[in-house]
Amino acid sequence: MSMLHLVNKSPYERNSLDTCVGYVKAGDTLLLIEDGVYAAMSGSKAAAKLSGLDVAVLGPDLAARGIGEDRLIDGVTVVDYAGFVDLATDKDKVQSWL
Amino acid sequence: MAIEVNGKVFETDEEGYLADITQWEPGVADIMSKEDDLTLTDEHWEIINFLREYYEEYQIAPAVRVLTKAVGKKMGKDKGTSKYLYALFPYGPGKQACRYAGLPKPTGCV
Amino acid sequence: MSTTKKFMYVNRKAPYGTIYAWEALEVVLIGAAFEQDVTLAFVDDGIYQLIGGQDTSGLEMKNFSPTYSALGDYDVKKIYVEKESLEERGLSIDDLQHLTWEDEDEDYAEKDSIQVVTRAEMADLFADSDVMFNF
Repeated sequence: MSMLHLVNKSPYERNSLDTCVGYVKAGDTLLLIEDGVYAAMSGSKAAAKLSGLDVAVLGPDLAARGIGEDRLIDGVTVVDYAGFVDLATDKDKVQSWL
Repeated sequence: MAIEVNGKVFETDEEGYLADITQWEPGVADIMSKEDDLTLTDEHWEIINFLREYYEEYQIAPAVRVLTKAVGKKMGKDKGTSKYLYALFPYGPGKQACRYAGLPKPTGCV
Repeated sequence: MSTTKKFMYVNRKAPYGTIYAWEALEVVLIGAAFEQDVTLAFVDDGIYQLIGGQDTSGLEMKNFSPTYSALGDYDVKKIYVEKESLEERGLSIDDLQHLTWEDEDEDYAEKDSIQVVTRAEMADLFADSDVMFNF
C-alpha cells in the first residue's frame, strides 16, 4: 500500500504539515501544493520536518510565489499538473491534509 | 450590460466598465465617449494610453490624485493638474478615463 | 481641516492561498488615496507577499505583486518587514522586491521604502500607531 499525502497550507500557519509527516510511511510521497510549498524552501525552519521523506512540490504554485527551484532543499522533485495526476494514479490512495 | 463596437459585443458591468480588460480596443473608447457626447482628441488619447500603460505595469487603476501626479511627471506640470484632467474628462478623470481605457473603476472611487 | 491619523496595516498572510493579501492591498490603496499617514508591516507569512519574481500564469490568478510598486505613487513610504519572520523562512531582504518612493523635494530622488526591523522594534511601531488594520 502506498499513499500520496497532500499539504496545501503554510507550515507556519497551520499544523497540517506537522500532523501529516507523523503519518507518512515508507513508499509514500508528500506533495506540497498552494501555500504548502513554502515548507520546501532551504534555510527555513519548516524544511527540517521534511528530511528523509519523498517530497514533491507543484511547479506552478512555486512560480506564482516567486520561489525558484534553486531555493528548494535537496532531493525535492518539482512536478507540473500532469505530474500531480501521475502521482495520484501511481499511489493506491490520496490523503489531503486540509 | 454590453456595448457593441463594429458588430463586436463587449460585456460591461452595471456601471459601464468593461468586464474583461484584455478585450479592449480603441473602438471601445470611441463608442463610450459618443454616448457621453464627447469627442476624443489627441489629448484625451494621451491620458487613455497613459492609464493603460499604468495598469499594465501596476495592475491597478490609479486614484485621481496619483494619476494627476504621474501625468505631471510624464507630460509636464501644466498637464498634471486636476483642472486640465477634469476639462478633458468632466465626469472625473479617474472614473471616465479609466472606463474608456477598459480599466476597472479606480480603487477607492465611490 | 481634518486630522491625519497614523494607520498601521499588519499583513500576516501569504498571497494567493487566501484572498487576505490582495484585500489588504486594496484597503491600503483606498486609505492612502485619502491622504492618511499609512504604514505597512509585514510579519509571519505576510513577508511572502513581497518576494520578487512572482509569476501566476500557471494558476490563472491575477498576479498582484506589481501593485506593491505603486505604493510609492500613493505616498506609502514606510514599509516594515520583520527580521525574525524573514529568518525563520530562510529569506533575506534580497529575496524581496525593491520598493521605492520618489522624493519630490529632492528632484524625484528614489528612496527605499522597505526597512527590516526586529520584533521588538515592530512592537514599538504598533504602539506608536493610532489605528490598526489586521489582515
